Amino acid sequence: MPLLEVEDLKTYFHTREGVVRAVDGVSFDVDAGETVGIVGESGSGKSVTCYSLLKLIPQPPGKIEGGRAMFDGKDLLALSESRMRAIRGKRIGLIFQDPMTSLNPYLKISTQLIEPLLLHESLSKSEALDRAIKELDAVGIPEPEKRIHSYPHEFSGGMRQRVMIAMALITRPEILIADEPTTALDVTIQRQVLDLIKTRQDELGTAVIFITHDLAVVSEVCDRVNVMYAGRFVERAPVADLFSAPRHPYTRALQRSIPAMQEKGEQLYTIPGLPPNLAQPIDGCSFAPRCEFSGDNESCHSGGQPQLVEASPEHWVQHCRGCVEV
Amino acid sequence: MAYLELQDLTKHFTKRAGLFGGERQIVKAVDGVSLDIEKGEILGLVGESGCGKSTLSRLIMQLITPTAGSVVLEGERLADLPKAEIRQRRRDFQMIFQDPYSSLNPRMTIYSTLVEAIATRHPNILQDKSAAENAVSELMERVGLDPRFIRKYPHEFSGGQRQRIAIARALGPEPKLVLADEPVSALDVSIQSQILNLLRQLSEELGLTMIFISHDLSVVRYIADRIAVMEKGKIVELQQAEALFDSPSSDCAKMLLDAIPQIRA
Ligand SMILES: Nc1ncnc2c1ncn2[C@@H]1O[C@H](COP(=O)(O)OP(=O)(O)O)[C@@H](O)[C@H]1O
Ligand SMILES: Nc1ncnc2c1ncn2[C@@H]1O[C@H](COP(=O)(O)OP(=O)(O)O)[C@@H](O)[C@H]1O
Ligand SMILES: [Mg+2]
Ligand SMILES: [Mg+2]
Repeated sequence: MPLLEVEDLKTYFHTREGVVRAVDGVSFDVDAGETVGIVGESGSGKSVTCYSLLKLIPQPPGKIEGGRAMFDGKDLLALSESRMRAIRGKRIGLIFQDPMTSLNPYLKISTQLIEPLLLHESLSKSEALDRAIKELDAVGIPEPEKRIHSYPHEFSGGMRQRVMIAMALITRPEILIADEPTTALDVTIQRQVLDLIKTRQDELGTAVIFITHDLAVVSEVCDRVNVMYAGRFVERAPVADLFSAPRHPYTRALQRSIPAMQEKGEQLYTIPGLPPNLAQPIDGCSFAPRCEFSGDNESCHSGGQPQLVEASPEHWVQHCRGCVEV
Repeated sequence: MAYLELQDLTKHFTKRAGLFGGERQIVKAVDGVSLDIEKGEILGLVGESGCGKSTLSRLIMQLITPTAGSVVLEGERLADLPKAEIRQRRRDFQMIFQDPYSSLNPRMTIYSTLVEAIATRHPNILQDKSAAENAVSELMERVGLDPRFIRKYPHEFSGGQRQRIAIARALGPEPKLVLADEPVSALDVSIQSQILNLLRQLSEELGLTMIFISHDLSVVRYIADRIAVMEKGKIVELQQAEALFDSPSSDCAKMLLDAIPQIRA
């Protein structure tokens, strides 16, 4: 049985411009210890998908309209705030692109690191401090027993990223949600952070949900990948399959547009048009207006969302008859 | 004679360190950089964060004065020119930054932003409303923006469109040299490609010389003719773009190449 099983999750925002269908019927699961990717362009609904699971959506304007998210026999979407607090930051950890989203600039690292331990594990203060120092050591902070008494601004960008990871993992969560943790970093620091997440994941057996818009990062860190477009998962596959035999036209277009995949000096491929306005209902295949395989659109799917079908073992794709072969 | 010559360009900062700021530490942000850049060339500049890329570009832009060394443009040492002349020359050098949002004035419409940029070269345009509108529309079309949006504000645009506005603003003064500091790092892949195509096309059409700074070597490989690798304020390697990928010689270049995430199909 999967560790986390999300079924038909729908999160909408009720705004003056209309109902924004940010997440529109998304299903996926996560097994213990594995890394599941969610990849898609900005605005496609990756963050909202994960924040919905942790009750971190501002309500209003947001509202979880439907779905289930089963974790250890409980539906996360139906939990009260107080029960959610026992899971968020304890059994499911979260890291962000900007470490200062999770670090308080006015508190010493020590205070921030031991807080979840005092809260969730009823350790004494000195036991908690010991654990915190060990955790800093594990993420590669030099002289942890000294540095633990510093404030966040006393760390460099890369080191702050490590502190945030330490904080998310200190309670040994079963799932770590990593929301674009390396997007703003330069390549060498990105490499260190990716390696660190992998090492700690292996040591602790944590499952990771890795959100990114960078396909190369996905290909390196994920076991399985969900491709998100306009609030929907249009394709899901084991990572090797996704790159060797992408099926959905959006996944194919995305891969074609990577500069590294193209000859120098040749015009780079770009996806025509823009992602749809999520405040307007989308009939049929969400990618159809930008799809280069759909021809006259005659044969494209209409009337509701295309079904996800298993085209080959574990390789799922939204079946739009016009352009997806299964 | 090269179009732009950097001769032993150096910038040291003094930083106060220690508990009471008593000790002085010297940060050699740019440490004796010599480089020749040819007219119409796109030079890639890569290196880890903190190696001095932005400081080097601010030196070239004449935004800060060098501790030593000089910037020579078409045979003229810029530091020897009178102040007023330097101000004139500054129009020839324009920058594009990573975050188009924070570099655009949120309270100015696209029209006001661009007309101001054009007026630094053609001040008379401010007197002729219809000429100004034409010039702005033309500039918008050049960077792939629909002139219908001329009265809109930056927040009404997507990230990719805002970067086009920033590029249009940089082109307004008809520069000869464009310094692009991480111009696509904040953008989605598909938008990145659009902006890279645009920059390459503009450099061909307008004969622009460009210094393209990025930490993403795969992007630099695609767009640059030559790549300079910077480490601790010094240029440690300079090669044709493809050659650098095939046979990097410095440890720094090797490390940067190894760090690039690879698609494994
Ligand atoms: N508080 C909000 N109010 C209205 N719309 C929102 C809000 N938060 C997110 N959205 C919308 O939800 C969509 C998905 O956003 P998000 O999950 O942040 O995208 P991603 O993480 O893929 O970049 C976007 O179109 C965004 O405009
Ligand atoms: N105004 C300044 N005062 C003191 N140190 C500075 C200043 N600007 C940059 N530095 C230092 O110079 C070095 C190079 O910085 P920078 O040019 O911004 O690097 P990069 O753009 O390659 O990341 C860094 O160590 C930085 O801290
Ligand atoms: Mg997001
Ligand atoms: Mg910089």
